[in-house]
Amino acid sequence: MTATATSARSDLSELGRSEIALRTFLHGLPGVDQVGAEQRAAQLGTRSIKTTAKAQAIDLAIRMVDLTTLEGADTPGKVRALAAKALRPDPADPSCPHVGAVCVYPAMVPYVAEVLRGSGVHLASVATAFPSGQAPLEIKLADTRAAVEAGADEIDMVINRGAFLTGRYGEVYDEIVATKEACRGTDAGRQGRPRAHLKVILETGELATYDNVRRASWLAMLAGADFIKTSTGKVPVAATLPVTLVMLEAVRDFRAATGRQVGVKPAGGIKTTKDAIKYLVMVNETVGVDWLDPDWFRFGASSLLNDLLMQRTKLTTGVYPGPDYFTLD
Amino acid sequence: MSERVAVRKTYKLFIGGKFPRSESGRSYLVQDSNVSLASRKDARDAVVAARAAVQGWAGATAYNRGQILYRVAEMLEGRREQFVALGVPADEVDAATDRWVWYAGWSDKLPQVYGGANPVAGPYFNLSTPEPTGVVAVVAPEAPALLGLVSVIAPAMVTGNTVVVAASPSAPLAAVTLAEVLATSDLPGGVVNILTGHLTETVPTLASHLDVNAIDLTGVTDADLAAELEVGAAQNLKRVLRPAPADHDWFADPGITRMTTLLETKTVWHPKGV
Repeated sequence: MTATATSARSDLSELGRSEIALRTFLHGLPGVDQVGAEQRAAQLGTRSIKTTAKAQAIDLAIRMVDLTTLEGADTPGKVRALAAKALRPDPADPSCPHVGAVCVYPAMVPYVAEVLRGSGVHLASVATAFPSGQAPLEIKLADTRAAVEAGADEIDMVINRGAFLTGRYGEVYDEIVATKEACRGTDAGRQGRPRAHLKVILETGELATYDNVRRASWLAMLAGADFIKTSTGKVPVAATLPVTLVMLEAVRDFRAATGRQVGVKPAGGIKTTKDAIKYLVMVNETVGVDWLDPDWFRFGASSLLNDLLMQRTKLTTGVYPGPDYFTLD
Repeated sequence: MSERVAVRKTYKLFIGGKFPRSESGRSYLVQDSNVSLASRKDARDAVVAARAAVQGWAGATAYNRGQILYRVAEMLEGRREQFVALGVPADEVDAATDRWVWYAGWSDKLPQVYGGANPVAGPYFNLSTPEPTGVVAVVAPEAPALLGLVSVIAPAMVTGNTVVVAASPSAPLAAVTLAEVLATSDLPGGVVNILTGHLTETVPTLASHLDVNAIDLTGVTDADLAAELEVGAAQNLKRVLRPAPADHDWFADPGITRMTTLLETKTVWHPKGV
């Protein structure tokens, strides 16, 4: 992309210092061709992935799942069960890989941490007054610190959509920077472990336009996001293929401009293996194999995992299994 | 004025209350029409639709299910001439209509006849009640195309099961037209799903599918295939109705075995007061 390729690396790091520079940069990003993006996403969704390629895609998708429960009714017992499922999604088949991470509310982090310790499955916690983000900054930061202290190594923060849509980009930028700092945790809490990864939720369903999605993606990456995530799953419009395409293009262009790679996580509304494979095809065609890894691409989902397991069982045994044979949570 | 162009009909599948083409895009020529040739993925989709419909259909009151079956009879009566035009004998259409009415009547009577209080040696009320088994896969008989199909669908669904039926491969037009009757009879989508095409493509998938609870092999004429299907069905202990004898009289009183074979019995022990 020409506009960003011409920006020198030093310029980008200076942008956060002034609201005007940030606005000039974000509004200088080229507009998204809406029809083109939707058509491209639809076209990539028609690829047929079968047999061994499908088996490989299913295992990769399982490794990329952020197994999520974000309900008011979550209990320690429920999240422990979920964490056990994350470690061994299909108890009947030891060759089935574990998922990428478990994603819960901060209050549930300690219970999940007990189960996941040392397993290689990451522990993500939503924070910053999820899902609305409508709380004073101090509370959002305290929320983040608490989650990190409790053992979360990934933080899913929400951006301040109110500020973003009003055009107060500097405020959004500063909040992300401050949350990133809070992810570092205290030394006592982290005991020498690296800081928690920061995933920034753009809540694309509330951003209204693809241009806004592109701006919010850049804003989050400039402020230091390790991952950009589409949605909270709490508003009617969640992850869609075209929105994810716009975000993938943003991370691709950001790496070209700065050399830093940022991950992408579509979340909400991805329920079937077919959907998941469409996303994987799009990742491969848009940003390439560098992102086809659980470290750089994740699915925020709860019901997706069971469908992946059912398709996996169909491939390994030859008969269609039913939902009765897999746990609900 | 130029001559009117005839509107030719496309005969499609009936899955989840909709009329999709086969996922495979294939069709086959039969009875001078192009009819969708269902694949194993269509069978899988039909099972998903049938499973989704179980809760609502099994949870509906017996009275309500009976009303809907009666409504099917009403709609079928209204399309009598259409079936005759497809080559179904008039007396067969009438018998099929009557069969819907007959099974409609059973909806709230079968639990009384087939369930009830059991005498037990203890201070308990002991009650048994028949419950639907879930998703039933059905192979409809080759002939009679309409009466045979109705005679296998109605007993499976009246008790609250949902049905995936493989229609007669040589005479599928009556089955697809019956789907149009079902679609206009207040029947919730997914309660009956009709697949047209070759039995060898769809039925083995249904027989081995772990989310199918029972299978009715009535229309299977090949003994080896029937045995193979029973082996598949054994994997998750499906209830099985064996193939009908070649000389079976479909016009005769059907009896209640077709209904009772596709049921589970729930028995409740309740302590008696003094």
